[in-house]
Amino acid sequence: MAKITLSHLRHSYYPNPKGPDDYALKEIDLDWEDGGAYALLGPSGCGKSTLLNIISGLLTPSEGTILFDGNDVTGLPPDQRNIAQIFQFPVIYDTMTVFNNLAFPLRNRGVDEGTVRARVNEIADMLEVTDMLETHASGLSPDNKQKISMGRGLVREDVNVVMFDEPLTVIDPHLKWKLRSKLKELHQKVRATMIYVTHDQTEALTFADQVVVMQEGEIVQIGTPVELFERPAHTFVGHFIGSPGMNVLPCTVKDGVALMNGEPVSLEGAIDGSGGGLTQIGIRPEYISLGSSGLAATIRKVSDIGRHSVVEAMVGDIPIKAIVEGEPPARGTSVHLVFDESKTRLYRDGWIATKAEGNSA
Amino acid sequence: MKTLNHKGWYFVLPVVLLVAFNALIPMMTVVNYSVQETFGNNLFFWEGLGWFEKLLHSDRFHAALGRQFMFTGLILLIEVPLGIGIALAMPRTGFWVPVCLVTMALPMLIPWNVVGAMWNIFTLPDIGLLGYLMNTTLGISYDMTQNPFAAWATIITMDVWHWTSLVVLLSYAGLVSIPDAYYQAAKIDGASSWAVFRFIQLPKMKQVLTIAILLRFMDSFNIYTEVFVLTGGGPGNSTTLLSIDLVKIALGQFDLGPAAAMSLIYFAITLLVSWLFYTLMTKDDQK
Repeated sequence: MAKITLSHLRHSYYPNPKGPDDYALKEIDLDWEDGGAYALLGPSGCGKSTLLNIISGLLTPSEGTILFDGNDVTGLPPDQRNIAQIFQFPVIYDTMTVFNNLAFPLRNRGVDEGTVRARVNEIADMLEVTDMLETHASGLSPDNKQKISMGRGLVREDVNVVMFDEPLTVIDPHLKWKLRSKLKELHQKVRATMIYVTHDQTEALTFADQVVVMQEGEIVQIGTPVELFERPAHTFVGHFIGSPGMNVLPCTVKDGVALMNGEPVSLEGAIDGSGGGLTQIGIRPEYISLGSSGLAATIRKVSDIGRHSVVEAMVGDIPIKAIVEGEPPARGTSVHLVFDESKTRLYRDGWIATKAEGNSA
Repeated sequence: MKTLNHKGWYFVLPVVLLVAFNALIPMMTVVNYSVQETFGNNLFFWEGLGWFEKLLHSDRFHAALGRQFMFTGLILLIEVPLGIGIALAMPRTGFWVPVCLVTMALPMLIPWNVVGAMWNIFTLPDIGLLGYLMNTTLGISYDMTQNPFAAWATIITMDVWHWTSLVVLLSYAGLVSIPDAYYQAAKIDGASSWAVFRFIQLPKMKQVLTIAILLRFMDSFNIYTEVFVLTGGGPGNSTTLLSIDLVKIALGQFDLGPAAAMSLIYFAITLLVSWLFYTLMTKDDQK
């Protein structure tokens, strides 16, 4: 087990990258603490699999270094890094039994047969696959295959980090939940650093203690699921996490006051910096309520999603989503929207630009 | 309840007719010949299973069958490992992929008798490029028209040249269908290149290899044209394979009865070996 440090990491798939657009990863500096459960969250093509393959050693970064517990491993091949990786599609060795599959990484490293037997049995027990040890791996269901490929990663006692590359893609929906809780349980048992790559926010938020959100080769925010939800550092995070995502509303700034549709909007704190750039107000639908005073708006759409309703109201020509508990207003009704001041933030060029109330006080 | 409707059988009729005319009826004439003796003039005498008995005890048949198995065995032993080896060495992406594929496919596009003629001219000891080079330039005695060993070496080389590509292309198709994740997982698991071949590549190639071996077995077991054009079965009878012997009996000696009996036994052997091989290879998949 180890702490993993990524330092000034950049990667391009082109031999001679010219501009920043040629880079799949743009300048990554990151520490993964020993024994943490991390999720790497981002849309397809944001560079998360590239980052994973660099950590595992399947790719060599164009620039920068990777340290395991302070030792430079940038040049080491995957088998010498003591890592485990679980792929999108379960990789199992078809011709072998489940036992031999699990024993494979140990036997390749010349571990004696007694230790192999003990270790495989221990892992099989943990994964609840003991009864299938003697069967051929080719006949297993996808979720069991994925368990076996996980087991091959965990069977080595010295494993530094276990990485999951969208491991639940081919698993039936009703088994996803089961396998996911199994993962969480495994993490608590083996205490290895785990990195879970996904584009599914539910998977990321339920698995991880810390979520790293990526977009276009950059890390936009690192935080606990609560932090990402409560205070997105970037409009992308606000939009990507949450359902529906954060409202991102156009506004202007005049004398330190944000004006939307000509009306002042109070924010969580003072506005950082000044000057130009694209300014937007970000507020989650959860923190907008309907009141007797506030921004005048007209209801355009109401979707009942069970426990509550999502209403879309128009302020001028700006659509704003709000979550309403109980009976929602009818379409076309004039309402007043009340923003929770402490959750209303200003973003400049996408990045948060208000001082947090709690921190500054 | 299902109502029984025998009209469905009419739909099968065209196929039955087709198979009858292209396989069953010609085959039945052979069966007919195999149990009779004729001295021409369309006069036939009943022979029963006499030809079969004689043939199965004939030294000439045993020798030809032995040569046939030796030929097929040798070319399979060479072509299958060589084909897999070449397929493994071929690039998976980039500019050279189509170049390699086309180069590999070229020998297979050449008609059998042309291949035979090409190799004949190529290996003639006095004027052939290879024959002249070996005998005159290098001073190694090589004459496939006189020396049985040289004749065998030439027909084997010719078949390897002509048909290894089939094994290469099929193996290659199997190889490129293996997802990258398998190689990546093997790297992480610390597998040696032998282990990668043994536990990933070979199992994934198994099905196409089964087809490749089956095709090469049937084709080489029935080979006629190339060897006939190259050596004519000689020197002596040393390269007289089953098919060449069969034609000698049927058209050279015009012994229709024995030739028909031999055809049927020949066919039965090809069918039996193919069936055995296929059944054994696919047995595991049934489980």
